[in-house]
Amino acid sequence: MSDKLNVERPEVVKYRGGGFAPKPHRWVGLAVFVVLILMVELGTQTGFISNLTLPKPSDVLITFSELYESGLLWQHLIPSLSRLVIGSIIGISLGVSVGIMIGLFSYVRAGLVPLVAALFPIPKIALLPLFVIWFGIDETSKYALIAFGTFTPTVVATYGAVDNVDRTLIRMGQSFGLSWFSIVRKIVFPGALAGILSGLRISIAIAIILLVAAEMLGAEYGIGAYILEAGSLYDLERLFVGVVILSVIGLLMSAFIGYFERKLLNWRV
Amino acid sequence: MDIQLSNICHSYGSVEVIKNISFNIESGKIVCIVGPSGCGKSTLLRFIGGLERPTSGEVLQLGAVPKDSLNPMTFVFQDFALLPWRTVGGNISLVLEDHGIRGAKANKIIDDVLSRTNLADFKNALPKQLSGGMKQRVAIARALAVNPAVMLLDEPLSALDSQTRELLIDDLVDLWSKKPFTAVYVTHNLEEAVRLGHSILVLSRRPGEIREVVTIDIPLKDRGYGNAELEKQRKYLWEIMRNEAKAADLELINV
Ligand SMILES: Nc1ncnc2c1ncn2[C@@H]1O[C@H](COP(=O)(O)OP(=O)(O)OP(=O)(O)O)[C@@H](O)[C@H]1O
Ligand SMILES: [Mg+2]
Repeated sequence: MSDKLNVERPEVVKYRGGGFAPKPHRWVGLAVFVVLILMVELGTQTGFISNLTLPKPSDVLITFSELYESGLLWQHLIPSLSRLVIGSIIGISLGVSVGIMIGLFSYVRAGLVPLVAALFPIPKIALLPLFVIWFGIDETSKYALIAFGTFTPTVVATYGAVDNVDRTLIRMGQSFGLSWFSIVRKIVFPGALAGILSGLRISIAIAIILLVAAEMLGAEYGIGAYILEAGSLYDLERLFVGVVILSVIGLLMSAFIGYFERKLLNWRV
Repeated sequence: MDIQLSNICHSYGSVEVIKNISFNIESGKIVCIVGPSGCGKSTLLRFIGGLERPTSGEVLQLGAVPKDSLNPMTFVFQDFALLPWRTVGGNISLVLEDHGIRGAKANKIIDDVLSRTNLADFKNALPKQLSGGMKQRVAIARALAVNPAVMLLDEPLSALDSQTRELLIDDLVDLWSKKPFTAVYVTHNLEEAVRLGHSILVLSRRPGEIREVVTIDIPLKDRGYGNAELEKQRKYLWEIMRNEAKAADLELINV
């Protein structure tokens, strides 16, 4: 046996334990963006991509700076952001409260879960004309649309998260004589927070989609109105400026939630 | 305050789990409950702690609840049940907040129980930073913070390795010797039972009945490792348990 070992070098046990553990690599995401944009720039410069298909990224940048310098950027951005923020705050706070109620009370669950399941698949955009009649053409109908659109996914994420709170922790709270309200506030809610926050990512993406839809239908100012106008003139540069602004809003929102997750959920193993 | 169990019977649906248990838990003594898996030990403990109600029979408190006790019946759970988002200090403060104890007064209690469980340096640590043994010490500290009249421990050391378990048994003996408390201690481990129990309640297989009550008169702090008398008691308990456990095992196969 030992002779053999001397002749053949013993093989090292093969490592097979890697992967399945996401690590943060921020620059990779950035690199993907940069490479894609550079490719489009190169393609449009050389004429490989016709300028009817895609605008030059550099032209888009110039259009953006013009928009910024003319002051119109804020005129479009501020109403959009306020619609987004107000609408989603209404929808999300209602959604979280209803989700927690569903998670805590079996009658509420029995009554509302089917209703939410029925509301969830309705394309909210289809209801916009209805909302305009109910709430008027002005801001209220836009808030209502965004609120409604963010409400259902938030409810579903929240009650799922409440269901997943460790029951032994709730038992513990009861065994120490904590009041019902304390158990909800100090055990159920923090325990469900991770699930609620990841649901928010989806809700906010939906909110941005609905924002644009609402603004396309009836708004003088707003990113949606800007995009609609550019689209009808087939002004690709401006169209893309609008689209990029939306993407950036989405990115920022997601980064914002990511920040909260890291701050609030640093207790996770 | 003594606790009296009188004629406790319980069924989950058609499954009879506990049958006719009557017993007195004396103040200042540790009662260990042993019995085969599934015989209703945890269920019995939940009845004593008021987390569940038996089908028939009652759990009675004899005598007044001590005035300074914030939570007379206090659990220590097998899986620690610490809030992972609160620090060690925060976990203890959790059970004080509802009694209106905050700030300096809470800190005094927290520091006191942490030093009694040798955790003084870990007040600001999160549970994820602690080993299993330390987590259970935090849970014990939390239980001590509310000044329980009766501590209810459901296999508190089962999730720990045997060395840690040994250390924690010593800690519990130490705590008890400095300031006797009443406890009901459910365990699978007969070694723990003979080290900590003033009396040991042996339950039969399901439906759990009292098979035997063994009392051990040796003072807790003299029950060191390898004590011959204890070893004898442990063997005796195992004799009773073995037949029950065997029968319980066969029963499961028949289901
Ligand atoms: N909520 C419940 N609903 C239905 N059956 C239950 C419930 N809780 C416990 N049981 C059953 O009651 C019996 C006793 O359970 P219990 O947990 O009290 O046993 P145990 O003695 O603590 O067991 P172990 O030693 O495994 O911890 C088991 O057969 C279990 O399946
Ligand atoms: Mg049990």
